[in-house]
Amino acid sequence: MSTWDWQVFCKDTIDGKIVPSCFGSGGDITYLDWLLSAWGWTLSVSALALLVALLLGSLMGILRTTPHRGLVLLGNAWTELFRNIPLLVQIFLWYHVVPALIPPLRSVPSFILVVLGLGLFTSARISEQVRAGIQSLAGGQRMAGLAMGFTLPQTYRHVLLPMAYRIIIPPLTSESMNIIKNSSVAFAVSISELTLFALQAQEETSRGIEVYLAVTGLYFVSAFAINRAMLFVENRVRVPGMIGGGGH
Amino acid sequence: MPMIEMKNVSKWYGTFQVLAECSTQVEKGEVIVVCGPSGSGKSTLIKCVNGLEPFQQGEILVNDISVGDPKTNLPKLRARVGMVFQHFELFPHMTITENLSIAQIKVLGRSRDEATERGLKLLERVGLKEQAAKHPGQLSGGQQQRVAIARALSMDPICMLFDEPTSALDPEMINEVLDVMVELAQEGMTMMVVTHEMGFARKVAHRVVFMDQGRIVEDDAKEAFFGSPRSERAQQFLSKILHH
Repeated sequence: MSTWDWQVFCKDTIDGKIVPSCFGSGGDITYLDWLLSAWGWTLSVSALALLVALLLGSLMGILRTTPHRGLVLLGNAWTELFRNIPLLVQIFLWYHVVPALIPPLRSVPSFILVVLGLGLFTSARISEQVRAGIQSLAGGQRMAGLAMGFTLPQTYRHVLLPMAYRIIIPPLTSESMNIIKNSSVAFAVSISELTLFALQAQEETSRGIEVYLAVTGLYFVSAFAINRAMLFVENRVRVPGMIGGGGH
Repeated sequence: MPMIEMKNVSKWYGTFQVLAECSTQVEKGEVIVVCGPSGSGKSTLIKCVNGLEPFQQGEILVNDISVGDPKTNLPKLRARVGMVFQHFELFPHMTITENLSIAQIKVLGRSRDEATERGLKLLERVGLKEQAAKHPGQLSGGQQQRVAIARALSMDPICMLFDEPTSALDPEMINEVLDVMVELAQEGMTMMVVTHEMGFARKVAHRVVFMDQGRIVEDDAKEAFFGSPRSERAQQFLSKILHH
């Protein structure tokens, strides 16, 4: 095995000379600069896609539990559409096919298309989790809310959703971590995120091991940070007296 | 005008008829007990009263408002009809105080202070004032059901529906809940109670409705029901639950 050369990250990306501070200046960038910027793109794609996924996934999951047949159908159709097509194919569809069918989308940056593609894909999975969370409460809580005089939206807001979200924190955590990992498909449409960085940087520097190890570490750190953050949330919203709730 | 009036109420799940031509009424201040074997439709019947279960035929009037009429504002009607469930159905993520005040605030538009004060007063009445800051999961079943009764009362209901309020309780907790219900009945609350607690029926009911296979087969004054029920089915039922 050849010796590792972590100096590679201090190299200028144009002339390959090692910059003492490891950070470029005056418009030049080092591989470290590029790596950090790529990490930023990964986090940006992930965060925005997660936002899209949580909003639309929650909405669709809720619709699927309402007593209105049309809304249930809409939620079901949405969920099936976005979870039965491979993610990478969906990204290509957003990049190549959708703009062809809807001309105004041609001027939309590919970053936005990737956010939508990843967000909608994940929304189908979150929709499934939200539905399961609400249905796990059985009919009694819904009836209790309605019997108190709450409207259906109020029953969701005050009675069903607060418990449903607590119940689905573990799968939502996995989903949030998945979105970080799945954001790597953005390389396919030339978003300069971590995976694209890894591919290009290892080609230019021939230091594939160092490059991939660094990228692996950043993915791991990002996903793990989400994991810890969600654990904190889970503990904060724990209900005393419930299974695993503590507080006695 | 009766507080609750049911006229020929029928309900089907697909082709299966769960309620067949059910008619009865509850006068203001009256307590009626609905009993019958399991699957006889009594829980379904009581849930039709506040529109939690839809029905396909007949009419139900609560305080002269038609429950089945699509133009009826059901949330508004339900806010005035207290309901107590078999499995308590307190809101587990809220403290007892919040359970008692949330609907007062969101539905009746009372201020938080006013709602909390009213809730605590009712909590004291059911003997649970010191539990105010706890969550439902930290209370026993009997305590939870007493809170559920207090929660229903917090809306100042014009009548109360009880759907097997003691069936999910350990035997030693049944009386603490029945005591609260007896007290309510004696204060003149209009009550429709699905229960097998015949001791409760004897003590405070004015009438007993007996159901079997989705039909109301007896609707008698208490004395007549316990004295000599007319139908054979009711006689069998009574002999079974009174002699066990």
